[in-house]
Amino acid sequence: MSTLTMVNLQKRYANGFEAVPGLDLEIHDGEFLVLVGPSGCGKSTVLRMVAGLEDITGGDLMIDDKRVNDFGPQQRDIAMVFQSYALYPNMTVADNIAFAMRLRKTDKEVMKKKVAEVAELLELTAVLDRKPGQLSGGQRQRVAMGRAIVREPKMFLMDEPLSNLDAKLRVQTRAEISKLQRRLGVTTMYVTHDQVEAMTMGDRVAVLRKGMLMQCASPAELYESPDNLFVAQFIGSPSMNVIRGQVLSADDGSITVSVGQQQVTLEGAAADRLSGLRSMVGRPIAVGIRPEALGGDGTATVEVDVDLVEMLGSELLVHSTVNAPAVYSIEGGVEISEHPDSTVVASLDPRKRVKIGDRLTLTLDTLRVHAFDLDTGNAIGRG
Amino acid sequence: MSAIQSGGTASISTERSKGTIAAAVVIGYGVLYGIRTLLGDGNGPFAQIFKTLYTVAVGVGFLVAFFGILYALASQLKEPWRERARVAVFVGPALILLIGGLIVPSVLTARLSLFTGSNTDKWYGLLNYKAMFTQRQNLLTLRNNVWWVILVTGFSTIVGITVARFADRMRGEPIAKALLFLPMAISMVGAGIIWRFVYANNPSKQYGLLNWIWVGLDPILPGKQEPHYWLQDTTFFGIKSDFLPGSNTVFMIIVLIWIQAGFATVIISAAIKGVPDDLVEAARIDGATDRQAFYKIVLPYVKTTVITVVTTITIAVLKVFDIVQAMGLGGAFENNVLANQMYTESFTKQNEGYGSAVAVVLFIAVVPVVWVNARNQKAMREARA
Amino acid sequence: MSDVEPAAMTVGGTVATAMVDDMQPRSPRDQTPTATKVTKKLTSPFGRAMVWLLALLWTVPTFGLFITSFRPEVDIKTTGWWTFFSNPTVTLENYKSVLDYTGGSGRPFSNYFWNSVAITVPGAIIPIVVAAFAAYALSWMKFPGRDAIFVGIVALMVVPLQMCLIPLLQFFTSGFSPLSGGIPQIWVAHTIFAMPLAIFLLRNFIGSLPSEVIEAARVDGASHMTIFTKLVLPLSVPAIASIAIFQFLWVWNDLLVAKVFGGGSKNAPMTSALIDMVGTKGNDWQLLTAGAFISMIVPLIVFLSLQRYFVRGLLAGSVKG
Repeated sequence: MSTLTMVNLQKRYANGFEAVPGLDLEIHDGEFLVLVGPSGCGKSTVLRMVAGLEDITGGDLMIDDKRVNDFGPQQRDIAMVFQSYALYPNMTVADNIAFAMRLRKTDKEVMKKKVAEVAELLELTAVLDRKPGQLSGGQRQRVAMGRAIVREPKMFLMDEPLSNLDAKLRVQTRAEISKLQRRLGVTTMYVTHDQVEAMTMGDRVAVLRKGMLMQCASPAELYESPDNLFVAQFIGSPSMNVIRGQVLSADDGSITVSVGQQQVTLEGAAADRLSGLRSMVGRPIAVGIRPEALGGDGTATVEVDVDLVEMLGSELLVHSTVNAPAVYSIEGGVEISEHPDSTVVASLDPRKRVKIGDRLTLTLDTLRVHAFDLDTGNAIGRG
Repeated sequence: MSAIQSGGTASISTERSKGTIAAAVVIGYGVLYGIRTLLGDGNGPFAQIFKTLYTVAVGVGFLVAFFGILYALASQLKEPWRERARVAVFVGPALILLIGGLIVPSVLTARLSLFTGSNTDKWYGLLNYKAMFTQRQNLLTLRNNVWWVILVTGFSTIVGITVARFADRMRGEPIAKALLFLPMAISMVGAGIIWRFVYANNPSKQYGLLNWIWVGLDPILPGKQEPHYWLQDTTFFGIKSDFLPGSNTVFMIIVLIWIQAGFATVIISAAIKGVPDDLVEAARIDGATDRQAFYKIVLPYVKTTVITVVTTITIAVLKVFDIVQAMGLGGAFENNVLANQMYTESFTKQNEGYGSAVAVVLFIAVVPVVWVNARNQKAMREARA
Repeated sequence: MSDVEPAAMTVGGTVATAMVDDMQPRSPRDQTPTATKVTKKLTSPFGRAMVWLLALLWTVPTFGLFITSFRPEVDIKTTGWWTFFSNPTVTLENYKSVLDYTGGSGRPFSNYFWNSVAITVPGAIIPIVVAAFAAYALSWMKFPGRDAIFVGIVALMVVPLQMCLIPLLQFFTSGFSPLSGGIPQIWVAHTIFAMPLAIFLLRNFIGSLPSEVIEAARVDGASHMTIFTKLVLPLSVPAIASIAIFQFLWVWNDLLVAKVFGGGSKNAPMTSALIDMVGTKGNDWQLLTAGAFISMIVPLIVFLSLQRYFVRGLLAGSVKG
């Protein structure tokens, strides 16, 4: 159906604020792309530029290889679902859904049929004659979806469409939207600040920060091999433990890294993955370990004292202290905590019996150790 | 694809229906115009109603056609001119009216105030203003306006505060407030007639309410209470002074108090209802009496609203005109006010230079009041934010 | 303008009610049961008596006029209206004679009633439509100097209409005016004088409509005119109703503008006719009371039936220049 291409897309406001310094991104035909990032990262600005609601101050925006920078929203043939749903309060559900068709002077019978189809699909048939004010939150959300679907547009744009729903309904609707999009096959750009939504819904996820693209990849790739510290820490809950460490030595088969008093030796495939470390012997790095890499099968062991236990039902989170400072991703690079110790979280099998104060031996899956450059925050991979 | 095709045929049919509508409008208008012409100057009930509807229809129809046609024309343009033209269609008419109807005339009036003569073409400098502030009759007019402002603003606000305080949560509160508010709906001309009737004097067979009460009080009060022409009395209840208003003015002032008090009541009452309960309850627990709770807690809390009421009424009083027209006998009894003087000088005495000067003085008098009001509003918003 | 502030709008159908509340001073205490809040009471028996006394005092003059208008002429001229209760004789004769009464102009009084209607209906509609278009543009169209223009318009609320009467009349009578005189001139004059306040109120209101709804309509392909007529106007009904009622009463009760721009008795409204009647028939109370009551009947109906909107409109319009 349609592809969307952004080439060096820029947004600079009149007051000089650069919301988007230059973004290159492509959305393939039929793809569900999620734009995710913390609030203020420019994701909504990008979406609004694509919609035509925000002027583009530089670069090119192409829909199907046609430059649409100067097209008004009505000329781009896109449909949008807003965070507040933006239903027309004075019109019935049926009129809300039919509004765009009415503007295009669609034949009355065709219009009726399409509205009925969409209402059927979204289970809105019973409320077609109601006004938005008489609907529940979930129904309003579905009307907003219906209004987008009925137009059969080139693209769907969705701006945090689930953030006004309660937690349970959000999970349910999340799945429904995914299924619907796959069924209709319409190219979709979806904006959210919720990384769970991003991971569960997107074919690909683009992580944005201060208007810059940090990484755009499939959810699995984003999780398993983040390009940089920001993505590593943004994706995943509880988030990745990142601690300052040092490359102690490297020889033919193995690489040894120290974290506080602990030493971890990477061998075989685990060493190959991070062969870039070989050239960094003696230098400090950031070591990243996801909580679940400390709780399953592993080749290395780590001794810790348990500070805190959090039982979540599906997993058991164990907090313990490592005497090496934590590392954070900040704007423009990396920050090392001033505190000499940091907390490491491990995710264990909930059936394990662990108490505060226990001395525990954790197994570390060395194939899931990440390393980041302390200057740039970029991931260190195969060298 | 099918959507595009059906869109194409639909647009042809809308073109056709637009043509039909246009034709219907033209024919309909022709018929109405024909009937209107036939009726001529007739005064029968049908003729009157028809002519009224015709005038209304033409006015509203013109308005709709005006915006509709201009917008359609703007839509024919190519971008970026189309968007610009559409902005012009939306905001242009209002701007033209404001510039042509308010800004330019104000400047012209200021200029006219420096001229005199029947054609207002003789340079007069500031002599119009000099006359206003030196000639006795004009000074009396200014004096009257000052008293109008003081008495109407003061009494309306006091009545407003009193009723708002005592009626609050009283049984029948809405009815009492509605009765006080009712005069606000009535025209000042109507109010003038109502009160002229109250003040009327028919000594032999008294039907004026005030005189009836006045004479009825004769046995009780000292002195002799005789029927009185209240609206012609230029003394202040017997006292002759250039600084005090005549009784005739006072009796007109009462009418405006009667009108404005309801306004003050409704607004102050709404504000008092917004005072948090806790505040008053806390004062009570600290040992405050009803009176103290009202004057120390509630009234200071609604201070900005009271200031709004005072400034709003002041502006209304400065421009009082209709009451003097209805009751003031043309301002002949030393009971004139600025707005009436502006009207009579400009439009009956053809002394537009002087009339303009009066208008300018009114404008200058209004500005500081509006300024106080604006500052007060700002303080109110900031307090709330 | 305490009562009109842009407020954050809620989504969906609650918009309209939120806007209604927005135009009225909030009274949170109304929601609390009276009985439980005895300590807050500010009233007292003396206070209540005073309120009712004032209410009575305020009603008597109108009541007297009302009674008098139904009494036979002979009774009116020989006895006070308060004697009516001991000798109630009711007649509609006064109304009949005042409607047919032709003063110096040779036109029956009924004519002026219809003039008032012809002046007032468009005189209320035109300014609101013109102001609503401008308010929409000042809220939702992008053009340079938009905010400066709005500030300028608000500042014009200071100008008393007396400042504009003479030059406007000169223009209307100069031959350059496209208007043929009479009633349309009165409409235009009222439109001009209503403009700053109406734009101010409507922009505050229209500008506080949720921006996403307007954007959704644009994405759906709606032009400015469609958004304005299909979305903004229907959503602004509460605000428009209040302003319309205020403007309607303002024009209906107006004397000055009609007198200056009406161009003679042919186009004069009832207020003007009543002033003439006061001048020529000042003691014919059977005519004056009935005539005054006819002129008051429309505002009173509006007041009694639409009190809520009416109060809100008055509050909003109270600073009219």
